[in-house]
Amino acid sequence: MDDSRPIFVQIAELIENDIIAGALPEETQVPSTNEFAAFHRINPATAGKGVNVLVDDGILYKKRGIGMFVASGARKRLVAKRRDQFQNEFVAPLIIEAEKLGIGEAQLIDMIRKEGTA
Amino acid sequence: MSAVVEASHLTRRFGDTTAVDDVSFSVQKNTIHGLLGRNGAGKTTLMQLLTGQDFATRGDIRIFGEHPVENSGVLKNVCFIKESQRYPDDFKPRHVFTSAPWFFPNWDAEFADRLIADFRLPLNRRIKKLSRGQLSAIGVIVGLASRAPLTFFDEPYLGLDAVARQIFYDRLLEDFGENPRTVILSTHLIDEVSNLLEHVLVIDEGKLLVDQDAETLRGSATTVVGTRQGVDAFVADRDVLHRDGIGGLASVTVGRLTPQDRARATEMGLELSPVSLQQLVVRLTGSNQTETVLEQSA
Repeated sequence: MDDSRPIFVQIAELIENDIIAGALPEETQVPSTNEFAAFHRINPATAGKGVNVLVDDGILYKKRGIGMFVASGARKRLVAKRRDQFQNEFVAPLIIEAEKLGIGEAQLIDMIRKEGTA
Repeated sequence: MSAVVEASHLTRRFGDTTAVDDVSFSVQKNTIHGLLGRNGAGKTTLMQLLTGQDFATRGDIRIFGEHPVENSGVLKNVCFIKESQRYPDDFKPRHVFTSAPWFFPNWDAEFADRLIADFRLPLNRRIKKLSRGQLSAIGVIVGLASRAPLTFFDEPYLGLDAVARQIFYDRLLEDFGENPRTVILSTHLIDEVSNLLEHVLVIDEGKLLVDQDAETLRGSATTVVGTRQGVDAFVADRDVLHRDGIGGLASVTVGRLTPQDRARATEMGLELSPVSLQQLVVRLTGSNQTETVLEQSA
């Protein structure tokens, strides 16, 4: 809850991270809105909004009277979505910064390789 | 959702001072509202009007759809925790908690006991002998354990230490989750509560400046930092909320930026940083430099 983006977006992202990391496996129950709110010290309505984003995306689904569950195939879909974002959010700024510093394409690839083997 | 509080064109004058000046708003059921503003802005007067403890010079108030003044049907569902609550001279905290159920039909004695332990409040000491923080703790406990459908906290934690304030926030959120109700919280510690609030009212010199949901308000201002030239070029045709500068550097707070604006700022080598609710309220109510008010539609 630290950047300029809306809190509910950040909450949705935290839950997504837990699903991608396997901390919330598919077809298991996720904490309730009130538990999220108490844990992150945020308004329950905001936490609910974050959860609803994921319900709308089909990542979570509601079992009436029981709670929220992680949908089957949620992890795979999230990873695919994040890969698309990776291009825009990490690769593009990397190239802009490299150009600013006069790092050429070959040199940049070299640096990535070195980092990968380290 | 239905409105628990409806105020229209509410005005309260004391002699030639206008403490509340033509204020209209409504509060939806089961939300946590923040009522923010500087000292003497009119927050307490407004809450006194809403709880039937003072009479409006003009305007109309509906609480649960009815007039609050001398209306026991309304007032038993309202709890007002005041900063300056007074108690009879020989009262001890236990007297307060024994008599509270007479006024609040939803009183939860078990919850009150838990809170008393949390706040380490001595029950059998004379209230006159309590510290300022302990006095505040009594109010906070009454406000939470009363479970009134409409609860006002007016600057409830004068003298409360950081641990006790955190207990207050945690218990409020927990209990709000289990027993939803409408809470109006007036405070100066805006950064501490900003994530708890669903809706924000800012009042200044008796006038309602902001009536907006907290999420919208969060992104409604940005500070742009960079070289004076660059910043000036970027903010040229925008409403400026605040301006600071040192040497060749400038720091200017402006209203909402679109993603395109942000991309342009980054291209121009300017740094963008979010403005916290507290900073925003300071900017809006701070000084006369603040000529432009955020557009409500933002």
